[in-house]
Amino acid sequence: MALLRYESQVRGSLIEGAKDYHQVTEDICRPVEARPSRLWWIGFSVSFLMLCFGILSVTMEVIYGVGQWNLNKTVGWGWDITNFVWWIGIGHAGTLISAILLLFRQGWRTGVNRAAEAMTIFAVICAGQFPIWHMGRVWMAFFVLPYPNTRGPVWPNFNSALLWDVFAISTYFTVSLLFWYSGLLPDLASIRDRAKLKWRKMFYGVAAFGWTGSTKHWQRFETLALVLAGLSTPLVLSVHTIVSFDFATSVVPGWHTTIFPPYFVAGAIFSGFAMVQTLLVVTRKVLALEEYITLEHIESMNKIIVLTGSIVGIAYLTELFVAWYSANPYESFAFLKNRVDITSPYGWAYYIMMGCNVLSPQIFWVRKMRRNLVVTFFMSILVNIGMWFERFVIIVTSVYREYLPSAWSTYYRPTIWEVGFYLGTVGLFFTCFFLFAKFFPVIAAAEIKHLLKKSGDSYKHNMGELETEPVEAFVERHGHDHGA
Amino acid sequence: MAIKKFVVGSFDDEAVLFPAVRSVRRSGYKMHDIYTPFPIHGLDKAMGLKDTSLDTAGFIYGITGTATALGFISWVFTYDWPLNIGGKPHFSLPAWIPITFELTVLFSAVGMFLTFCYLCQMAPFVKKDHFNLRSTDDLFVMALECTDRTNEAEAVACLERVGAKDVKIDRRETRWWLGRYDKDTKMFGMKETEPVA
Repeated sequence: MALLRYESQVRGSLIEGAKDYHQVTEDICRPVEARPSRLWWIGFSVSFLMLCFGILSVTMEVIYGVGQWNLNKTVGWGWDITNFVWWIGIGHAGTLISAILLLFRQGWRTGVNRAAEAMTIFAVICAGQFPIWHMGRVWMAFFVLPYPNTRGPVWPNFNSALLWDVFAISTYFTVSLLFWYSGLLPDLASIRDRAKLKWRKMFYGVAAFGWTGSTKHWQRFETLALVLAGLSTPLVLSVHTIVSFDFATSVVPGWHTTIFPPYFVAGAIFSGFAMVQTLLVVTRKVLALEEYITLEHIESMNKIIVLTGSIVGIAYLTELFVAWYSANPYESFAFLKNRVDITSPYGWAYYIMMGCNVLSPQIFWVRKMRRNLVVTFFMSILVNIGMWFERFVIIVTSVYREYLPSAWSTYYRPTIWEVGFYLGTVGLFFTCFFLFAKFFPVIAAAEIKHLLKKSGDSYKHNMGELETEPVEAFVERHGHDHGA
Repeated sequence: MAIKKFVVGSFDDEAVLFPAVRSVRRSGYKMHDIYTPFPIHGLDKAMGLKDTSLDTAGFIYGITGTATALGFISWVFTYDWPLNIGGKPHFSLPAWIPITFELTVLFSAVGMFLTFCYLCQMAPFVKKDHFNLRSTDDLFVMALECTDRTNEAEAVACLERVGAKDVKIDRRETRWWLGRYDKDTKMFGMKETEPVA
């Protein structure tokens, strides 16, 4: 047993303070059981108002058509698809944390996985809005589904990257939801069993599916989590790969690039982690969960941000190099003239992107900065802005001046309803997140308990004794005690 | 339905639980279940539970998804309604890989989740007993099932000896979920001996 629960002292503790199992339950259930704070109400109201404005904007678009947006014949994808890719990217951190880091046995994922998975689900819901409402005649949205019909029968084109996207995103949403919810069951059962109020007993009783914590159930639960993690790992990589195919399979200079899939995936993880930081730096403070979402967690995520930010930086530079080295005039025009040239109409957007995504995260090479909450919060916002501009640069600067100069568009700027739609999804995202933080345990309590005796502050000293013990003494102590 | 009797004891430390499981099994009691607030690795082995075959089910669902996607798309594009898309072959396997992959994952994940719920007999609105409400909080609750040969006082004493706290005899109606796992919890590698005394 001692050996099974060994973790080197080199790793900082992931759960601070002297805790026992009961204390963990208390701490994590407290926000669910307490009345929401004033701060919660303010945040929720602001988000809800933004959501309402978004609903108004979408209504305008549905009534009057896509003409309410400033899209034109040349720039057919503007803010709308920029926002779609941005949200999908943000939705990547949750499953990365819960799946890939589970396979890599990273203990620090347990403090943040629940909130990050929830964030993933909300982000994908937000992303899904854009292609749906962009259809204009949204009541015909079902045309993308392959079902027997009287129109031919004409099936959707299974060779099209856009249809792959429909499959990828709906699969991603479904699998993330199942992963998240199955992980929630034991914690919902904890709240159910603690509940004193009638409605709470009922609500969590229904939500917990009758979870008991039987050993056999835990065995199946762990198998389910492991296999879902194994399935989600290639899935999470496939989703943004397929989103990048929407661009890369076209022949538009600036989109027609083979490095798009890995570059998009790295960018997605980058922006996803930034959003996780934005949410968790605030959540841990407001819900008083600093002992569970520690500086250790924040630092680990900042390390991933500097890594993926640098990968994205290399991708940007590679694009420029290839644009020059290929000696293709259209390619060089798209990159060197429409983007890098600061005097071109959208040159400013390129430099915002470069500054926010490539230069600014380099600050995280310094340990002190990685562990500074104000810097982390500020940086996470910067990265989100930068990643939004990345998608904007890719989409708009590639299409607004394509092959045919006669088709070049005038300067594209959004209407209030385009901006409103975007703000509406931000509102939707935060409304969902506030509701989640109120009604669901933000931290996976069962997993924290599982880690407690290994990574908990008050148990770490056992590891110290174990580390200084001579090998002979250890063998003597454990040699004849197999299993147990 | 029949009322069954259980001897229920709770532990507050998993280091005590493991030797306790071993000695309770040695004494030959029929272990109904152990309810824990978090997964304890190795406890299923210690209790003599078989491995779950949920992962095999997941694999089968996965290949069903693969076959569905490949079969359906090739039927549509080569037989039902062949479309000339840029002069490319009707049977264009590489372009079908993304959807095939996605459906493999989708079928596997959804199938496994439903199977998980079915095997554990869990669904919304299902209510179950688990003897002690604190077993989802901080206690490890062991329940021994009393058969007509079990000496209850002896079983209580046995649990207390191995470190269980507030051991009591509990009566539960065997509803459709209780005792459903008799097949699963069948011991292996250890002969069920007569209860001590």
